[in-house]
Amino acid sequence: MNSQSCVNIEKEWDIVSARQLGRNLARKLGFGTVDQARIATAISELARNIYLYAGSGEIYFDIVEDHPKKGIRIRAIDQGQGIEDIGKVMKDGYSTSGGLGAGLPGVKRLMDEFHISSVPGAGTEVEVVKWLR
Amino acid sequence: MNKKLQGLVLKNSDEIIRLWLRKVDQNHKKKLGQVAEVSDELFEGTNREFANVIFSMVENKGSTEELKTFSERLIQLGWPLSYLTDGMQVFRNVTVDYLLNQTEIVTKEDCIEVLHMVDDWIDPIIHHLVNEYSGNWENIVSLQKVALQELSAPLIPVVQGITIMPLIGTIDTERAKLIMENLLHGVTKHNAEVVLMDITGVPVVDTMVAHHIIQAAEAVRLIGATCILVGIRPEIAQTIVNLGINLERFPTKSSLKKGFEAALELTGRRIIDMDGSGDKIEELLETLSKE
Repeated sequence: MNSQSCVNIEKEWDIVSARQLGRNLARKLGFGTVDQARIATAISELARNIYLYAGSGEIYFDIVEDHPKKGIRIRAIDQGQGIEDIGKVMKDGYSTSGGLGAGLPGVKRLMDEFHISSVPGAGTEVEVVKWLR
Repeated sequence: MNKKLQGLVLKNSDEIIRLWLRKVDQNHKKKLGQVAEVSDELFEGTNREFANVIFSMVENKGSTEELKTFSERLIQLGWPLSYLTDGMQVFRNVTVDYLLNQTEIVTKEDCIEVLHMVDDWIDPIIHHLVNEYSGNWENIVSLQKVALQELSAPLIPVVQGITIMPLIGTIDTERAKLIMENLLHGVTKHNAEVVLMDITGVPVVDTMVAHHIIQAAEAVRLIGATCILVGIRPEIAQTIVNLGINLERFPTKSSLKKGFEAALELTGRRIIDMDGSGDKIEELLETLSKE
């Protein structure tokens, strides 16, 4: 199964549809309620970052298999202003918008794998994976 | 509109309608059947009415009264817009085909004229129908928005000094603002000492939602009341911990019941059974369930 889904993030309510799509996919894969909540929350954070900082972007969902493991992969891609110092945003309590500053480090803790790459002025890509246990 | 062509269309309206009905019948019955229960009679009747409306548009150009009542009735019935737009598309094809086949009357030079005429005739109708439908949808959306806003942040006074705000559904920025306003306004109005914010129905608590809750609780504290966060489901508790959100500044409880008991305690009250038999029954039930 290599189907990929994508949700465009442009409005605040797109965050909800991204979250619902991710949650449904997670449920279908057999994740428990706690992991479903973790995945939905992580998607919510990533989508909100796109909405708040980049203005628009996409979230891709697919299923990854690394025999015998199976999991859900979420990629959040935007063409926004990018992040100057990734080390800084990964620290708890750092926020440029007056928020809690727990978003990205929180996502890292919620998921099993976390990769972030960003080019200032060109955009950001965050890829996270949660493995099914 | 070319008089010759218009006359031709009107004179042969029965034939065109017959051709159209045959095509529409094949195309749409199946599609429509999935959306609503439609009897053959209703379907045929509506098709005939539709055809009459289309032809009355040729005869008295510009009058949209009939079209309006017709589309309003279909909206009431809940028929999809695609029934009308597809029907009009078929009508366009049928009419153009029919006219171009009248080779003894319609000459080669008339071909472009025919296409233009049919477009001029059909397009305003489609335009009008789409407008009617989308206007109706916009109306529904705005009504639902108002309804949603009424539901979005209610504050319920339960006993003297204690109020509850049950939150259900997604919290976005707009709603978060409303929650804050209603909370502060309600606390002063009802003279509340304790506010219970129930998040049982909130599907996801991310940092933004948590941030708004913390701000609201902090604001409540500033005006001299206590905010207790209740209805934290186990999975939500885990994600809050994973996110590293600090909710230590105000009390939290798992359920509304526990929160209410805590609120009573804070206001110097507690629940007692009138005859003391409640405890006994509970004890009895407990022993029964153990057996």
